[in-house]
Amino acid sequence: MLPQAPALVTTAGGFLLVLSIVVPVAGVLLEFALGERYVRPVASAVISVGLAIAAAVLVLLPRSDGHLVYLLGAWPPPLGVALRADGLSAVMLATTAVVICAVAIFAATDFRPQSVEARAPFAFWILLLAVWGALNTIFVAGDLFTLYVALELLTFAAVPMVSLDGRAETLRAALRYLLFALIGSVLYLMGTALLYGLYGTLDIVLLSHRVSAEPGALIAAALMTSGLLAKTALFPLHLWLPPAHAGAPAAASAILSGLIVKGSFFILLRLWFDVLPALPGFTAAQFLATLGAGAIFVGSIVALRQERLKLLVAYSTLAQIGYLFLLFPLALDASGRLQTGQALAGGLIQAISHATAKAAMFMAVGSIYAGLGHDRITGIRGAARALPLSVMTFALAGFALMGIQPGGASLAKELLLQETARTGQWWWAGVLQVGGMFTAAYVVLVLAHALSPPDQPVALAARPPRGNGLAALALALCSLFLGLLPWEPYLPIPYALESKLFGVEAFVKLLATVLGGVALAILLSPWSHPLAGTVARNDLKTVRSPFRRACLGFGSLVERGDHVLRQWPAAGICMLAVTLLLAASIFGAT
Amino acid sequence: MSAVTVFGSYAAAAVGLGLYGLIAAPQPLRKIIAFNLLGSGVFLLFGIVGRRGAAAGFGNDPVPQALVITGVVVAFSATALAIGLLLRLFQITGSTTLNSRAAASPRSDPSGN
Repeated sequence: MLPQAPALVTTAGGFLLVLSIVVPVAGVLLEFALGERYVRPVASAVISVGLAIAAAVLVLLPRSDGHLVYLLGAWPPPLGVALRADGLSAVMLATTAVVICAVAIFAATDFRPQSVEARAPFAFWILLLAVWGALNTIFVAGDLFTLYVALELLTFAAVPMVSLDGRAETLRAALRYLLFALIGSVLYLMGTALLYGLYGTLDIVLLSHRVSAEPGALIAAALMTSGLLAKTALFPLHLWLPPAHAGAPAAASAILSGLIVKGSFFILLRLWFDVLPALPGFTAAQFLATLGAGAIFVGSIVALRQERLKLLVAYSTLAQIGYLFLLFPLALDASGRLQTGQALAGGLIQAISHATAKAAMFMAVGSIYAGLGHDRITGIRGAARALPLSVMTFALAGFALMGIQPGGASLAKELLLQETARTGQWWWAGVLQVGGMFTAAYVVLVLAHALSPPDQPVALAARPPRGNGLAALALALCSLFLGLLPWEPYLPIPYALESKLFGVEAFVKLLATVLGGVALAILLSPWSHPLAGTVARNDLKTVRSPFRRACLGFGSLVERGDHVLRQWPAAGICMLAVTLLLAASIFGAT
Repeated sequence: MSAVTVFGSYAAAAVGLGLYGLIAAPQPLRKIIAFNLLGSGVFLLFGIVGRRGAAAGFGNDPVPQALVITGVVVAFSATALAIGLLLRLFQITGSTTLNSRAAASPRSDPSGN
């Protein structure tokens, strides 16, 4: 995707890449200097400029040969630092801008300065722009060390977001997140040092020509990959994710879950597809996807067993992160090398779809929480009547995630399924289908509760402002129509695909996903829920049959296993094990 | 034994000790110190990488030095943020444990473990 030869000149429009970093950072400084009163106006100004920059990159990129380059100070690499954007960067820049904009509208009332005596609003707006600046840097950075600095900036902006409300519980979650993320970034830095020592450059394009399968490069690849996995919270390195994502305020959770885990995932894609394409990756790719399958499995089962809605959505993020890693084995060509093709496009669209849908979902859950005063799943009966907008947003975002046409997830799934057929790796097709069913399961489960009539009229603790709900709804609708967007100038997607999205076959697949989801929800959710009652009222006994009890027992076993994995020493040992296994799997292939 | 081997072994030892401390030490403060040890190991590694530039006729390769300085700043900020969070946690709960179960009975552990 990146240019083959290192560009020695700045392309027209390359300056936009500088602006995409400088504008949010300038916003942060300005907000800090001007103080609490001007924090929101500055943020809204910066966000509108940022949206314009992202749109301009989208427009200019196809016109300038598919990539934009800016050489800082006109020094070409390896001495200078280059900023580069390709199709992947452009769509991620645009997604980030859209999600940040929606979250800002959502947060405009919650985090109004002067409305609360705490410093939370001031901090929130500063952190929002800081996250944006860091993410944009990740998307356009042209060398590994800039990526490291951007990764750290992202962590430093994300960690305080977790503990905005300052409760002991969230402070603990933030500290846990920070410490674990630091291990990840040090491992990444170690890999960077090794690569520099071997090849004398950190520039991505130059490295991609020089890297060969020698021990030092293999160790660097293993170290950097496992560091990034820790930051992306891929199972079993997810100890920090559930408490951090579930404990933060709704707007912050939307950013954390929708965007921040995508930052390190994007670096991972850059690393494997642009820096290390010369490394034989067959076993490593299978290993990564196996971890992903584990994440789908464990994350979904534990999500179905959660009592609190926010924790359910946080665990669903864990499962969806696993889904992203399925692209690695599907991107392999016949010789076992990773190719930038359809699988990469599918994975990236899945990431974008998850970013928009999950942000909308967290915002909807935040509104439900604010409206009802709690987020116990068993207690949200009647929420659909009391808070129709929020429940509808949750439903739409959920549909987008589980792959209703023409959502991004359905397009991504279709792309990945085609690749499983092409490469003959049918087992990953099974995992993809089961993943869709699990997503359907927890969406259906929550909707069944929310739509069932309440025993007594629902008393609202507070009525969430309409602007809040509309921002979330707009984002959910965005993700529901992602499949219709013109992706071809940016990502390699065959034209013939769009006809496949609509049709009898697609509909049958969808029906199978939803029905499978309902079955999973009935079997695996331990709380009394309306689904079991309505579907099988006549055979209540069969529902409580030994089979269901066995499923529940299995579920509680998985939950206990997850609890053990989320203890600190266990997670650390997992981390070392993942590093060693990665190194072994790459070594074994040479 | 050349200087590169000696410093390389030191770097490896610091990385190993730091990693062990980060994973095994129960208290956040020890984890933070272990992270700094781990970071120092990596910076030392960068320093050795710079020595390799001497082979090309330079006194030393300046790029790793610049990277180390940036890395030190980043590690310093990380430490400051972690200490800030830890202090705030201690102010609120009176203990510094990361284990929320043990924290169910706050102030039961005066030593702050």
